[in-house]
Amino acid sequence: MSSGPMSGGPVSGAPVSSGPPPPALAVHGLSVRHPHPEGPVLAVDEVSLTVAPGEALVLLGRSGSGKTTLARTVLGLPGRGARVDGRVELGGTELTGRPERELARIRGRRIGYVPQDPTGSLDPLRRIGAQLAEVLLRHRIAADRRAARAAVPGLLDTAGITEPERVARSFPHQLSGGLRQRAAVALAICCGPELLIADEPTTALDALVRAHVLDLFDRLRAERGTALLLVTHDLGAARRIGGRVAVMQAGRIVETGPAEQVLDRPEHALTAELVAARPGARP
Amino acid sequence: MRGSSTSGTTGTVPAPRRTGRLRFRAGRPGADLGLLLPAVLALLLVLLALAAPLLAPYGPETGALQDRLLDPGTAGHLLGTDGQGRDLLSRLIWAARPSLIGGFAPVAVAAAAGTALGLAAGLGGRVTEQALLRSLDVLYAFPGILLAMAVATVLRTGLEAVVLSLSVVLTPAVARVVFTEVQRIRTAEYLEAAQVSGAGRIAVALRQVLPVVAPVVLVYCSSLIGLSVVYAAGLSFLGLGVEPPTPEWGSMLNELWPSLLTHPAVAVLPGLWILVVSVIFNSLGEALRRRLGEGRDLLTAVAR
Repeated sequence: MSSGPMSGGPVSGAPVSSGPPPPALAVHGLSVRHPHPEGPVLAVDEVSLTVAPGEALVLLGRSGSGKTTLARTVLGLPGRGARVDGRVELGGTELTGRPERELARIRGRRIGYVPQDPTGSLDPLRRIGAQLAEVLLRHRIAADRRAARAAVPGLLDTAGITEPERVARSFPHQLSGGLRQRAAVALAICCGPELLIADEPTTALDALVRAHVLDLFDRLRAERGTALLLVTHDLGAARRIGGRVAVMQAGRIVETGPAEQVLDRPEHALTAELVAARPGARP
Repeated sequence: MRGSSTSGTTGTVPAPRRTGRLRFRAGRPGADLGLLLPAVLALLLVLLALAAPLLAPYGPETGALQDRLLDPGTAGHLLGTDGQGRDLLSRLIWAARPSLIGGFAPVAVAAAAGTALGLAAGLGGRVTEQALLRSLDVLYAFPGILLAMAVATVLRTGLEAVVLSLSVVLTPAVARVVFTEVQRIRTAEYLEAAQVSGAGRIAVALRQVLPVVAPVVLVYCSSLIGLSVVYAAGLSFLGLGVEPPTPEWGSMLNELWPSLLTHPAVAVLPGLWILVVSVIFNSLGEALRRRLGEGRDLLTAVAR
């Protein structure tokens, strides 16, 4: 509650009803077309979904089903030349059609993004601490450089890093994959975003680190009311996170519901197929 | 930290260094004469220019008509005298100032302007990219010295004309190099990650891309200094640059070459000197480039 996602950000132009609080994320009839020499390719097809504060929505689907494009469109990065129709609202604020400058103020500040591969997404030439401090300064979370530097160890600690001082002084290549992913999580959550988007954050991790990252997501939801949009094909992670599951195929959401229901009693053929393909799945 | 004996890097992969501080593998310092020798000689040239008043035996413009065109080795005039009886050694030393400025300043301007243009072309939209690249191509299409002459002709003569016209010639080359380098890394995930965390285009260009590009620019530009020295001398030789009586290597050559047949020993000296200087700077640039080539794989690997 204390993170106050609605507390007058620089962008609060959309009408906010005085009724129930708006969902952290609301997507209405979103379609994304990528340019292609033989005509545009429909990557996301009329998708609508909502995620309430503190809630988790897991996007399941095969690769190429449009789940990553959907997540990136929410960030305002649908890809070069992509055509976007429909609406994306963050905590009642309309995001679609906003100029890049305003989107930049929202990215990192109100939406955190955890990438699949932290090795590629951390700047190889800068120390972890400097990268964190930069984001804090950019969004005016820290008043000055010194305050930003001082805040770094606490943030790394929150992300479950046991030696925050050492990690802050390290370059990405000096860290293990697990530490790198936790550093990437720290970068995503450092400004206290109301929405966290994670694109297959556990694919490259071993079981222990994976459990830890998922625990961290749980804690953020419970303690800060952060909404989570998790893109994955890891059914174990989907089950572990709980919340709701949406299954995507060819750009459409074909099945949606509570995790247990969708995963244990799949109604759509694709969901059944995904569940059955899981190693060690019960028949 | 790790108590290693030679270099300070920890772990198996050496830590990449940021801007400016080109970190060469300090395996055996002094072992690479190919780099050390031209570096020391180039430094001596700069010192020569700075200490001209202390080193030159005569003033740059003092001469006696009865001492015209003395051969090198004449008592009191180690390298002889020119057509107006001025001490050639003194003039060569004094000339180091405008001549080296003509070598360094255009490269510095081109490094800054070329980097800015290259970053803009590489990170801007398609329209910006095409507009910048095609305009640079137009400049690129002219032979360098012709373009410099054209610009220098429009401007008034003097050292400023030399610096400005050569800057125009060198900037497209630097911009091209920077653009190519940006192309190489612009799809790197961490650039996008910076954008996802709210960094604007300019912030990404300065904080994420510039540190990767800077060492390449530095090395490339060091190889341009030799070229710039020769071009600057060439412009002055043609009367488009530094004007007499101020000594400049190119204009000295211009003053002496009519005496080439009568007094060859004196007349060839400015030309020889320009040759020596350009060899020094070219081999310095070449050695630096070779070194970057070695470190290049590391940079590429890290930037992926």
